[in-house]
Amino acid sequence: MAYVAPAPAEVEEVELYHAHSFITKYVFSQDAKVIAIQYSSVAIAIGVVGLVLSSLMRLQLGFPESFSLIDPAQYYQFITMHGMIMVVYLLTALFLGGFGNYLIPLMVGARDMVFPYVNMMSFWIYLFAVLLLVASFFVPGGPTGAGWTLYPPQAILPGTPGSGGGIILMLVSLVFFIIGFTMGGLNYVVTVLQARTRGMTLMRMPLTIWGIFIATVLALLAFPALFVGGVMLLLDKVLQTSFFMPVILSLGEQLEYGGGSPILFQHLFWFFGHPEVYIVALPAFGVVSDLISVHSRRNIFGYRMMVWALVAIGGISFIVWAHHMYVSGMNPWFGFFFATTTLIIAIPTALKVYNWVLTLWKGNIRFTIPMLFALGFIVTFTNGGITGLFLGNVAIDVPLSDTMFVVAHFHMVMGVAPLMVIFGAIYHWFPLMSGRMMDETLGKIHFWVTFLGAYLIFLPMHYLGFLGVPRRYFEMGETNFIPASAQSLSAFITVVTVIVGVAQIVFFYNLFKSMKSGEIAEKNPWKAASLEWQTPDQPPGHGNFGAELPVVYRWAYAYGVPGAKEDFVPQNLHPDEVGEAGAHEASEE
Amino acid sequence: MSLFSQLAEKPWAAEQAAIDDLHSGGEFTLPAPQVGLRVFLGFASVLFTLFIVVYVERMVFSDWHALPEPWLLWVNTAILVFSSAGLQWAWVSADKNQADGVKKGLYVGGVLAFAFLTGQFLVWQQLVNMGYYASSNPASAFFYLLTALHAVHLLGGLVAWGRTAVKLQNGLSMAQLRGSIELCAVYWHFLLVVWIVLFGLLLFT
Amino acid sequence: MFVAVMLVLVTVGTVLFHLLSPWYFTPIASNWSAMDTTIDITFWVTGAVFVAVIFFTAYCAYKYKYDANRRSEYEPENKKLEAWLITLTTLGVIVMLAPGLFAWNEFVTVPKGAAKVEVFAKQWGWAYRFPGADGVLGKSGVKLISDNNPFGIDPKDPKGQDDILINDSEMHLPLNKPVHLLFRSVDVLHNFFVPQFRAKMDIIPGTVTYYWFTPTRTGSFDALCFELCGTGHYNMRGKVVVEEEDAFKAWLAKQPTFAKSMAKAGTAAEKGFAKLDSELAKPGNKNSKRVF
Repeated sequence: MAYVAPAPAEVEEVELYHAHSFITKYVFSQDAKVIAIQYSSVAIAIGVVGLVLSSLMRLQLGFPESFSLIDPAQYYQFITMHGMIMVVYLLTALFLGGFGNYLIPLMVGARDMVFPYVNMMSFWIYLFAVLLLVASFFVPGGPTGAGWTLYPPQAILPGTPGSGGGIILMLVSLVFFIIGFTMGGLNYVVTVLQARTRGMTLMRMPLTIWGIFIATVLALLAFPALFVGGVMLLLDKVLQTSFFMPVILSLGEQLEYGGGSPILFQHLFWFFGHPEVYIVALPAFGVVSDLISVHSRRNIFGYRMMVWALVAIGGISFIVWAHHMYVSGMNPWFGFFFATTTLIIAIPTALKVYNWVLTLWKGNIRFTIPMLFALGFIVTFTNGGITGLFLGNVAIDVPLSDTMFVVAHFHMVMGVAPLMVIFGAIYHWFPLMSGRMMDETLGKIHFWVTFLGAYLIFLPMHYLGFLGVPRRYFEMGETNFIPASAQSLSAFITVVTVIVGVAQIVFFYNLFKSMKSGEIAEKNPWKAASLEWQTPDQPPGHGNFGAELPVVYRWAYAYGVPGAKEDFVPQNLHPDEVGEAGAHEASEE
Repeated sequence: MSLFSQLAEKPWAAEQAAIDDLHSGGEFTLPAPQVGLRVFLGFASVLFTLFIVVYVERMVFSDWHALPEPWLLWVNTAILVFSSAGLQWAWVSADKNQADGVKKGLYVGGVLAFAFLTGQFLVWQQLVNMGYYASSNPASAFFYLLTALHAVHLLGGLVAWGRTAVKLQNGLSMAQLRGSIELCAVYWHFLLVVWIVLFGLLLFT
Repeated sequence: MFVAVMLVLVTVGTVLFHLLSPWYFTPIASNWSAMDTTIDITFWVTGAVFVAVIFFTAYCAYKYKYDANRRSEYEPENKKLEAWLITLTTLGVIVMLAPGLFAWNEFVTVPKGAAKVEVFAKQWGWAYRFPGADGVLGKSGVKLISDNNPFGIDPKDPKGQDDILINDSEMHLPLNKPVHLLFRSVDVLHNFFVPQFRAKMDIIPGTVTYYWFTPTRTGSFDALCFELCGTGHYNMRGKVVVEEEDAFKAWLAKQPTFAKSMAKAGTAAEKGFAKLDSELAKPGNKNSKRVF
């Protein structure tokens, strides 16, 4: 594949798909913006299911005596479904299918994704996967209770709830998710590579696009591992093959299995599972970079370093997977290698945090709702990243693995932190998508309750982990090392969880109310420089950019440029119109 | 690597801007579907590579009993080689604007692909009749799994092939068909390479 | 201003919670204080970074509030500053990683002379096996497990005859003697963890995993299953009693050996491995169960 030498060239106009009826416009639509909203709606809907499940689990953990809502089997089914829904069906789908579809064409200056039909198929297959997942609640035995890691042998044996139809539906659903995602992923990658507008070099792209792009590449390389593991586990279940199954008893009975290796599955799962963390995190990194830059009216600090860090994190994320397996019984000498790579990945990640904070420094900060959520992200991500250094350091992982410390860590770093970004992004791009502003007072209430609440849930939870409280316990029961006060702490966490859960109603109320009757947004209300705000219509119409595609003259972070008329210079503003001194006053270094 | 060398650019610098303003916005000269196919082939390569890695990892356990290699597999391999050659012929003919060659090549390629799939199915039947079930040994389980996965990929290719054949029937011009034919041919060659690797793996283990 | 104050409060609250919280590690009862030390070092390094980052954020939030008459400083990058930050972070990583790797090295290197004890896991309970006078555990296999031979020990193996079987969730260990625990599971994944000992390892059916430690405190300790193993996971409890060597020997002497327990059962699965091998489903054998 040859590199296109930079030469004056017009971007070819592509033939656009045009909808002819209500059905093809809003249901079987091939417009990326509609697909984005479809993806987001389904992802958020299933995410609410995940949220409700977590509240039920918390009630059990906080008040094991008073609530007998769920039994142990249901508890294990709920933690499994909660985990799988949140990681795969909510976060992955929302960041890539939702934000990716909406923002990629707009931010790189394309009329649509390059393969609109494949893009539409991607959504419908995703929806089918979600329906299969939901269906597993209604089969005999219920959904699988194997934990979201689905480790064999227990995942497919009768001692685990939902080891019949539940696990089969789960695995089939994952296979469909991967097929659907691959279709979408091809679109995102090729659109970013091939369909940018004139003047939009890779290094002029906003970090949001970089984050989504690298995350998609990771996903295309990582999901095959889940596919391989999932299909083989499915065969172990359905055809009684022995890929992962050693000679075992199940509840006292000899089974026909023999010779397989359960650890092999774990390697496959985490070869997918660790990059998966970054598939969620990198788009969040990208989006939050843009939120911080726009709302502090300052260029993102160290843009090149930010891009390099994304690339480096993406690359290293493929050689750290076994840090989830330090105490899995794998060859213990792997521990040295994986602990080292894991702590190395902290360096580019820390650099990103520094650069976000340094963007605020000498900025001109507006404390809008998106900015507040971005600050919330900095706090929760720093906290969660730091506890990752504990768990990545192999000797510390020994006492802490599989305790509540782990639960607290990954919720902080890939639950709360990305959700902060998602909320921030919704408040940020809502005016673009709907033409209206969201209510600021409600937004502030939503932010403070969610941020402080989530922090109060997960900060103390780490300390339960230090005590030795295990994760995935239906109830703690009697032990001689956990003080009674730990139960009070657990009850406190549950109360806060319920409050934070209920507070999300404020968000949904604000969302729907603003959609109908919110204040009409002025054009480009945040005065952002990136292309998606420079469309002739707001919200952008079919084909995004009207008669002519924009031409890009600068990077997406021209904020506070000396000599410019305004404190921001849109990417497509002709250099002659910038101001007295011209477009590129910035000196080196 | 030009893709990586761009990472050193300073997008805010005036000298860089002068260069960047002329950039067309695309990375590669290939049309988008071609780039898309190559990205997909990357994905599929990772998928098959992982299966092969797992195959080798699982092989070392003591319960592994190698499968016999039915002679039919050699025939199937030959059929797939000719199928690929047929599509190559169509591709070359499309470049030379020879409608006749395109037609013959495309049909030969497609029909032989169906023949290959039938042959694979017969191999399955032979093995099952010999008592090699998926559940009897990981070696046979892997054989069924890998051949099935390869067949599913080929079936997907045949859908694209069918669409191209319909276009050909509808009398589209060579220029309009060339892209689709190239996609099919590249994909066929990829699947041929995958099959040869899988077959080799089976022969040597 | 409000935002800056809140950020400071969150940071101060976090630090205070850490310092004042009554919930922290259980007092250690093994030789793995190196793990605790690594955690302490990591707390100091990361705590300092956390406080510095959030305080600096709060400072920026206070100092650089929006003012329509002001512009932010246009500064695309500052290589020197970033190089410094990378260097400092790398140093911090080294300071945390090095003691961790040393501790791990010690953890995976079992000292010679550590007494072997087998921990036997099944859904949902524990049992234990001591090697007996010869100090060697007899061969065992899941296929040999029966009502009379719950551990699946090979009756043909002379080394297994004196193995001492503890078919109970409570195990005793001598004080200050290194033990090498060998883990075996008959069904699914499990994990044997006593929080005070700090050591932990998954138990994988089909293979034997291990860890070692030296109990340094007498007492009775709860052991929990730490890897999800089905509906009864949360109820899978064991107990380790650490006592002076004499008391331990007296306890061990009271436990039955394998030979005794087999004799008591009145029957023996004499056939051992030889018979089972011939019964194994062979590929190409038409009698093996046909699923596909």
